[in-house]
Amino acid sequence: MTAASLAAARSFVATPVRPIGSVEGQRAFAFRQAGKRFGDKTVLDGIDLDVPAGQFLAVIGKSGCGKSTLLRLLAGLDRPTSGSLTFGVEEEGHSRTRFMFQEPRLLPWASVVKNVEVGLTGVASGAEARQRALDILGEVGLADRADEWPSVLSGGQKQRVALARALVGHPQILALDEPLGALDALTRIEMQQLLERIWIAQKFTAVLVTHDVAEAVALADRVVVISEGRIALDLDVPVERPRRRGSVELARLEGKILDRLFG
Amino acid sequence: MSFATRLHSNAIGWLLPALVIAGWEIASRAGVMPANVLPAPSAVAEAFWRLTLSGELVRNIGVSTARALAGFAIGGSIGFALGLANGLSTISRGLTDTTLQMIRNIPHLALIPLVILWFGIDEEAKLFLVALGVFFPIYVNTLLGIQSVDPHLVEMGRVYGMDRRALFFRVILPGALPAIFVGLRYALGIMWLTLIVAETISASSGLGYMAMQAREFLLIDVVVLSILIYALLGKLADSLARLLERLSLGWHPAFQNG
Repeated sequence: MTAASLAAARSFVATPVRPIGSVEGQRAFAFRQAGKRFGDKTVLDGIDLDVPAGQFLAVIGKSGCGKSTLLRLLAGLDRPTSGSLTFGVEEEGHSRTRFMFQEPRLLPWASVVKNVEVGLTGVASGAEARQRALDILGEVGLADRADEWPSVLSGGQKQRVALARALVGHPQILALDEPLGALDALTRIEMQQLLERIWIAQKFTAVLVTHDVAEAVALADRVVVISEGRIALDLDVPVERPRRRGSVELARLEGKILDRLFG
Repeated sequence: MSFATRLHSNAIGWLLPALVIAGWEIASRAGVMPANVLPAPSAVAEAFWRLTLSGELVRNIGVSTARALAGFAIGGSIGFALGLANGLSTISRGLTDTTLQMIRNIPHLALIPLVILWFGIDEEAKLFLVALGVFFPIYVNTLLGIQSVDPHLVEMGRVYGMDRRALFFRVILPGALPAIFVGLRYALGIMWLTLIVAETISASSGLGYMAMQAREFLLIDVVVLSILIYALLGKLADSLARLLERLSLGWHPAFQNG
C-alpha cells in the first residue's frame, strides 16, 4: 500500500476507493453450522452464513426469531454453543466490530464529543481522539453540538451521535441492532440515507437487524430472513444505487420477503 | 440563571428568618417574651460579641468543626469504600451487607453509654460516634448508586473495549454520583446532630460543651447563641455540598438552567 492510499484509507469520505476490504472476494466473517442455546431453549440452529467484506447485509425476522442473538454473537457479546464463527483478516488501524444498539446508550455525563471518543477506546486518545471525533461529528451533521450534553439532543440526534461513536474507530464490521426502530418515520428515512452515504464512503461490512422490510430492501445488498432460529431465505438485492424508494423492483422484492415471513 | 436573579432567589430564602428575628426582638422588647425564657436577639448578639472578643467562641467552633470533619472523614471514607466494594463485588456484598444492615438498625446514639465506658469523654468518643453516624448514609447511597447504574451503559462500555478501570471511572462512578451526593448531604446533617448530642453529654470543649456550661450558669443568651451557630454551620455544610453537586453534576437535567 502506498502512502497516498494509506492516507485515503484514513480519511473518511474523500475517495470512492474502497478503503476496507479492498481485495475483492475477501471474507468479513462466516458462521458455520453455528447454534446458540440458552438452557434448553434453542435460539439459533445450524446457521451457515458467509459474508464478503464490504457487503450490506440486512437480517429480518419476527421478534424472538434469534436475529438479535445472531448480532450479539457477531459482536462477541455471546459465544455460539455449537459450530463456529470466523472472521476475515484483521486490518491495522481499524477496530474490528462496532455495535450500534437499539437505544443510543450515550453517557449522559459526557459531552457529545466525549461520547464519540468512547469509540476510540484503545485506538487513540487526547487531541488526536478529539480531532477524529469532531471530524466524524461533522459527517453526521452535528459538529456544532460537540460540547453539549446528550440530554439536550433529540432522539434522532442522539442516534446520530451513537452512529458517529460506532464509526469513529473505522470498524471493519458495523453491527446495527434495529437502531432506527424508535425514530419517527421522517427522521428514520433521513438516518437511512445518512447510513447509506457513510457506508458507501467508508465501505465497512454492515449487518443491519431490522423488522422493517422496506428499510432492508432499500439499504441492503442482501437480505437474510431468519425464522425459528434458521435461515429461511437468503436473497440478493441487485438494485442499482441510489435506489428510489417505492420503485416497482424494490416492491417486488419486499413482497417476496413478506410472503416468506407470513406465507 | 443570571447572577442577579440567583442573588434575588437567595435573598428570598433569608426573608423568613429575618422576619422571625425582627418579630422576636419586638416581642422581647414589649415584654411578651420573658428574658429568662428566650432572650432578645440583641442580647444574643451581645453574647456573640462578648464571646468573640474573649476568643472562646472561635476556639469552641474550631474544636467542634475539627471533630466533625475528622469524624466525617473517617466514617465517610470507610462507608464510601465499603459501598464501592459491595456495589462492585457480589462476594464482598454477600459477606458484609447483612451484618451492616443489622448494625444500621441500631440508633447510633443509643451507643453513647457504651462509648463513654470505652473511651471516657475523650476525643475518641466523639470521633467514633460521628464516624458511625456518617458511615451509613454514605454506605447505603454509594451502594444504591452503583447498583442503579444503567446496565445498558455498562454493556456499551464493555463492547467498546473499556477495561475495568475505564469502565469504573467513565461509566460506573459518574452514574453513581447523584446518589452519592444524596448520601453526602444526608451524612452532613447527621454529622452535626451526632456531634451536638455527644458534646452536650460528654465534653470539655466545643460548642455543645459551651452550651452546657452556659446552662449551668443560667446564661440563656449563650445557649441560644450555640443553637443558632449550629443552624448556621449546618446550612454552611449543606451549601458546600450543593455547590459541589452543581459543579460535578452539570450534565444532569435537574441541574441545567439552574
